[in-house]
Amino acid sequence: MFRYTKKTLTVEIITILATAILLLPFWILLMGSFKTLPQILNTAAVAPPTQPTIDNFVQLLSPSSSSSGNIWAGLLASVVITVGSILLLVVLGSVAAYGIARSTSRWSRRSFYLFLVAIILPTQLGTLPLYIGARSVGLVGNPWGMVIIYTGMLLPLSVFLYANFFRNLGVEYEEAAVIDGANRYQVFWRIVFPLMSPATGTVSILAGLIVWNDFFTALIFLNGTPWQTLPVVMYSYVGSLVSQWNLIFAIVIVSMIPILAFYAFAQRKFIQGYAGGLKG
Amino acid sequence: MVTQMVTETEVITTARSVGRGRPRGPRTKSYHVRLGSWWWALPALVLVLIVIYASTVAGGFFAFTNWTGVGDFDFVGLQNFVKIFQTPELVGSLWNTLFLAFGFLIFTNILGLLFALALNRGLKSRYVLRTLVFMPVVVSPIAVSYIWKFIFDYNGPLNQFVGALGIPRQNWLASPTLAIWCVLVVLVWQNIGFIMVTYLAGLATVPVEMEEAAAIDGAGAFRRFRYVVLPMIQPSVAIATTLTLIQGLRVFDQVVALTNGGPAGATQTLALEVYNTAFTYQQFGFGAALALVLSLLILIFSVGQQYATRDRSQKEA
Repeated sequence: MFRYTKKTLTVEIITILATAILLLPFWILLMGSFKTLPQILNTAAVAPPTQPTIDNFVQLLSPSSSSSGNIWAGLLASVVITVGSILLLVVLGSVAAYGIARSTSRWSRRSFYLFLVAIILPTQLGTLPLYIGARSVGLVGNPWGMVIIYTGMLLPLSVFLYANFFRNLGVEYEEAAVIDGANRYQVFWRIVFPLMSPATGTVSILAGLIVWNDFFTALIFLNGTPWQTLPVVMYSYVGSLVSQWNLIFAIVIVSMIPILAFYAFAQRKFIQGYAGGLKG
Repeated sequence: MVTQMVTETEVITTARSVGRGRPRGPRTKSYHVRLGSWWWALPALVLVLIVIYASTVAGGFFAFTNWTGVGDFDFVGLQNFVKIFQTPELVGSLWNTLFLAFGFLIFTNILGLLFALALNRGLKSRYVLRTLVFMPVVVSPIAVSYIWKFIFDYNGPLNQFVGALGIPRQNWLASPTLAIWCVLVVLVWQNIGFIMVTYLAGLATVPVEMEEAAAIDGAGAFRRFRYVVLPMIQPSVAIATTLTLIQGLRVFDQVVALTNGGPAGATQTLALEVYNTAFTYQQFGFGAALALVLSLLILIFSVGQQYATRDRSQKEA
């Protein structure tokens, strides 16, 4: 019925143009990062550099530069905190959701509601007391504190996604394993854990993206400490530059490379993860 | 052809339909080993109770005090709230927040829906384009804001463009009237792909046969959308508008990176006020009161939004 007609072709051309306009800022950034500062100021922003240079990146990242230490440390902090949070969210979230989904106790329903309400609760109000509390037990300014805080903040989401998954996962495999003599811990780790990888993928991508890009919480808890994450490093670094767009472009590119590389590698999972996470 | 086309949309459909299935009933057979117990949730529950519940309750309590973050404090009743609504700058940032939230809701949803409709089916390049449109979503808002800060710069690309059109150059980020629109543009730009995916997931549940039937009955593209597609994607509309509203009310990163609330408070938002009051000026009690106002706004609007866009067709059934 709906064939590829001239009208479809028109829509296709318009959509491609719209997407090109949408991505223009990325193009401007990429071109600018290979220009010198005078070139950036004197040539059209969309024009490719006449003499591409990697000086901006060298100046930013070479070991002798004053900023490079912060950037490499920021990268390390971001990786440690993100990976740590994902691991804890996957382990705590899946065990909690599995227990809730497979138990018929009235407590399982009640605890599930506690997670559900926590998703709706706005986080702003809790941030200040959380900071005071974390400071008093020494969890401010180090990656472990951040891992615990991010895990606490994102566990409701993780439990919700896992619980949805387990409710729709038949119990046949688990029952078969029980008949074969497995106890419930063996069932969980040997049978359920391998089966739940789609849910783990969704949780990791959603939570990983939130933690990796988070600025507000990281600014409050890490600003001025040696464990600043990449967005905080970028914020304080750019604040120290006055319109040195060539260097600003370079640090923006550097901060984008890890996440865009990962996106290029797993873009379908990203998009599905979002769609899957939204369905509640 | 059909087998080859089993990709994203189809996978999203499956994920959705699976997600919407009824939870399985109680198991009929019972074996000697139960599969899981509710107390497996205890470690997660304790963490959530501390990090979210306890700190939120504490935040609500401090909102009625004059605590500075150290030492003693007094219980001051509603004084903080009276002060908020008597301070013109704070009322101004309340309006800025609402402007950004509703502007963000409207523009992102319209543009995201347009991209979703265009890329739903039919176009040969739809999978590549979906990937590209989603790309800005994964980059940190701080990084995105710095790209746009250059675009809005007085010597930047936007002024090169309007200059070429014969329009006088503007001080985009330094103008009290234009600056908040700049923040809005960046917010919308980054989230079009996110909302597009939300709508694509909804559109995937609309059977192509229904649209074809309507087309045979003589319904044009707009009428097909209005009377066939839109009622069916109502759940996606509810989710997308609620998420954009909440995200818009909480806007912080883009404002900090683009204008830091300036010029003269023209882009101050509540989230930025909370941060400045509590952490820059060390007025924890007052900051908590601001945070309570913001949180109540988020709660009221998101509940109201869910109510306004609830799926009426399901209720009747």
